[in-house]
Amino acid sequence: MNALTRPAAAGKAYFGRRYLLSASHRLHTDALTAEENRAAYGKCNNPRGHGHNYVVEVLVGGAVDAETGMVVNLADLDAAVNACVRERFDHVNLNLDPLFAHQVPTTENFCRAIYSLLRDALPAGRLEQVRVEETENNFFECCGG
Amino acid sequence: MIFLTRRAVFSASHFYWNEAWPAEKNEQVFGRCANRNGHGHNYTLEVTVAGEPDPVTGFVVDLKWLKEVMEREVLAAYDHRHLNLETLEFAAGKLIPTTENIAISAWNRLQPAVQAAGGAQLTRVRVYETPEVFAEYRGGQ
Repeated sequence: MNALTRPAAAGKAYFGRRYLLSASHRLHTDALTAEENRAAYGKCNNPRGHGHNYVVEVLVGGAVDAETGMVVNLADLDAAVNACVRERFDHVNLNLDPLFAHQVPTTENFCRAIYSLLRDALPAGRLEQVRVEETENNFFECCGG
Repeated sequence: MIFLTRRAVFSASHFYWNEAWPAEKNEQVFGRCANRNGHGHNYTLEVTVAGEPDPVTGFVVDLKWLKEVMEREVLAAYDHRHLNLETLEFAAGKLIPTTENIAISAWNRLQPAVQAAGGAQLTRVRVYETPEVFAEYRGGQ
């Protein structure tokens, strides 16, 4: 076989999948006064909250399985993300989730929380990165740490 | 170091099938992708090269050159083709044309041409099968 037909000895590859979830939140912390909250969070401090169509992009890494040609089976990844992320956070108010009882549901914190949940749900060492896009113009990434 | 990325689109058909498995296992593992009549996608190929901008031109690479390399090395082989039937890597069940394997194969096709040019290094190939699903290869890193 020449270089083109030899699949691998390829080392690591990555598989990514984008998921949509819609949720509301309000950025507010009891550590600041009402005025300080308004200064820090602006429109995002509106007491009634507001919402986003979040895109959660999950990147998984690993060797390509010689039998399936896959880094991860899409159906398995979908099942994990649906079970621990989408069922929990889609069409809810994020402020009411226990995760955000004591931290502000900024997309930074949301991204880190999703990374942590998925890291524990997927086989060890497979999750590379979680990106959460809050709008078309801003997104946040967590690679652990 | 600057990273420069160019996109191109190609349309191809494929199916997933491991010849070593019985039909039932192929259908169980690959689901709808195991339909032997094939199905198709509009793939997006994203190629990233890295290097220092040339002091005279300000280019890491000439984008027109990169476009030609992508068209010659990848699109000429994959665009409007049945990957399982018409491509060197995937024909006759040699390799299953998953998005992962397409990304690796595209890297293998591009790498010699980028290396021969002697400037920027190929650093990443990403292939979108749909806007929601992609695979990426960074040379095994």
